[in-house]
Amino acid sequence: MTDLDAFRAETRAWLEANCPAECRGPVESDEDRVWGGRNAVFPTPAHKVWLDRMGARGWTAPEWPTEYGGGGLSREQAKVLNSEMRRIDAQAPLASFGVWMLGPALLAFGTEEQKQRFLPEIVRGEIRWCQGYSEPGAGSDLAAIQTRAEDRGDHWIVNGQKVWTSYADKADWIFCLVRTDPEAPKHLGISFVLFDMATKGVSTRPITLISGKSPFCETFFDDVRVEKANLVGTLNRGWDVAKHLLAHERTMIGAMGELGGGRPLGQVATGSIGTDDDGRLDEPMLRARIAEMEVDAAAFRLAMERAGDQVKAGQAHPAIASMLKYYGSELNKRRHELLMAAGGSDALEWEGERSRGGKAARDWLRTKANSIEGGTSEVQLNIIAKHLLQLPGA
Amino acid sequence: MPLILTEEQTMLKEAADGFLNEHAPIAHLRKLRDSRDADGVSRDLWRAFGEMGFAGIIIPEEHGGSGLGAVEAGVMAEALGRTLTPSPFLGSGVLSATVLKGGSVEQQAAWLPRIAAGEAIVSLAVDEGAKHAPARIATTAERSGNGFRLNGAKGFVLDGHVADAVIVAAKTENGLTLFLVDPKTAGVEIERTVMVDAHNAARVTLTDVEVDADAVIGSVDGGEALLEGALNLGRACAAASLNGAGDQAFQTTMAYLRTRKQFGKLIGEFQALQHRSAHLFSEIEIARAAVMGALTALDAGRENAALIVSVAKAKAGRVAELAVQEAVQMHGGVGMTDEYDVGLFMKRVRVLNELLGDAGFHQERMARAQGF
Repeated sequence: MTDLDAFRAETRAWLEANCPAECRGPVESDEDRVWGGRNAVFPTPAHKVWLDRMGARGWTAPEWPTEYGGGGLSREQAKVLNSEMRRIDAQAPLASFGVWMLGPALLAFGTEEQKQRFLPEIVRGEIRWCQGYSEPGAGSDLAAIQTRAEDRGDHWIVNGQKVWTSYADKADWIFCLVRTDPEAPKHLGISFVLFDMATKGVSTRPITLISGKSPFCETFFDDVRVEKANLVGTLNRGWDVAKHLLAHERTMIGAMGELGGGRPLGQVATGSIGTDDDGRLDEPMLRARIAEMEVDAAAFRLAMERAGDQVKAGQAHPAIASMLKYYGSELNKRRHELLMAAGGSDALEWEGERSRGGKAARDWLRTKANSIEGGTSEVQLNIIAKHLLQLPGA
Repeated sequence: MPLILTEEQTMLKEAADGFLNEHAPIAHLRKLRDSRDADGVSRDLWRAFGEMGFAGIIIPEEHGGSGLGAVEAGVMAEALGRTLTPSPFLGSGVLSATVLKGGSVEQQAAWLPRIAAGEAIVSLAVDEGAKHAPARIATTAERSGNGFRLNGAKGFVLDGHVADAVIVAAKTENGLTLFLVDPKTAGVEIERTVMVDAHNAARVTLTDVEVDADAVIGSVDGGEALLEGALNLGRACAAASLNGAGDQAFQTTMAYLRTRKQFGKLIGEFQALQHRSAHLFSEIEIARAAVMGALTALDAGRENAALIVSVAKAKAGRVAELAVQEAVQMHGGVGMTDEYDVGLFMKRVRVLNELLGDAGFHQERMARAQGF
């Protein structure tokens, strides 16, 4: 038995014994996810047990070093953990911008003190983060941010406005891009800072999207005091941190195309439309489109896996994240168009128990943001053309 | 298994690319085509494949091969896709060699070393109608004396017109059986089909062809699993060739976009072309991962390997189709000329798409596997 086989056997046994029954099966909606934080909400008490157990092993961030609370697993071990979790349909114990986005940036750019302070809390799901990037005047042109941080010796005073801040109204802390040098060229005057959302002068306002309620907020800073110890990376070089983190965000958004979530599309369709005598979806044109999409989805999952292997082998081009983000978000939009077609008129219901509050339609509309948030599809294509294809003038 | 090449596999890739660029670049295909070569394929080149160890990549070492796996076969197939080289590699070195590995000791000893040496060409005859449909094989093999009598018509038989032996898939009483047939046997008629891509295939007609019982490869009625295994490796390799051809057409096009000027600008400066190029790049990367996933799944003997092979063949086929269409379109008028190579890629991709099941065939398998 190889070490990896032994690890698989141990992992399988541990998961069987420790993953509560309530935490197995598809996650149907955002409300069923555990986001952790000071005011953590759990769909069932078992979900807290599950988070605590996984957090204690560092398996909410399997590949982070153990010294910061992570699982310390190798890439191959992490894949085993992942496949063993999938085998029993175990839900992710924690959904976390800390794990997906900030953590990797702190590991790369943070001081030892910052890593010690924030990473273990993130792993255990004790702190919930939001991201202060976009502003009303800085969307695709993110480096045009205007939120100002004025130097006051040992701290800054921050003034400005962020927009599309996911879960700002529920987050404990924010990682935020602020302009620390208004005179410098736009990419060279930005710093990456962390602060508590409970600080005086921070306020949020939810944004209603075409899908109805949304996690997005507008976030306002009115003379907010930020300690200089909470600067990540070098002063005025926050763009480097931001880009590093964006790569992780893009991979995360791209991964939505990988997850798909819930029941396989073909099953949803046969459930609502029915099958012919041969067991095939009784709507041949739709069946062909779903099959084509599922091939793309399976290929995309392999591309995500390969990208991870390339990172581990030091062969990854950083702009590959743009490719995955572009592809995954477009794929997810396609999936939801097909889900709507599969649901037919049933999927059009907006309210009521039967449609679980118009879940299909709201999810469908929500996916339209996938190719806008974290850099639009067009921005990703620009990045690919410039950095991967070296096309002139790109 | 990581979805990236190991150091040894990378060395094989470099060796294959280097060898083909030197000895069998696209000019080699053009020469065979333009001289109307009777065989359409070079026996000398096939022997050189033997010397280089390319012909017997998947053939066990005791039979003179390299004893390597699907990933290595895919590396070779991708290289052949880049240079559009006509070669018995896929037909003999992958499809037939895989079938023969399931044959008797005598069959293995008779044929595997000769394939590995690039001396023998052995063709696999499966298809009958216009589309790949191994589940609908109508060729029959009836018991006759100590052996069998074969009747039927096969098409799209790779290298069939130059084959030293043909493996025929035929229906027997309770299943499929594979037969090793000498093309010189009475009742075997072989017609070369000159195809759009100037590669090689033939139609094989079998009229009351008598073969001995020892012509059976594997067991009587038990040929389906053996055939399916060979077809799946062949499909994954065809997908790798599609990637090679598609990517080469893409690289050629990117080079053109960086040099061709119109309206006083390099045409690569136009965002209309940049975005299409970036999209195509993304598709090619996804297809590459799918093929690598299929090849590693085959090597690992994964349960769902056949399904991943279908994902790879369908995806690589559609992506290569897009790549060659964009290649011709972005080249403009010169893309339509015979002088430029992009048209040759378009032709080759069309053939590889049809070979061993097109995207529709494999998407159908996907739908079936997912129960809709």
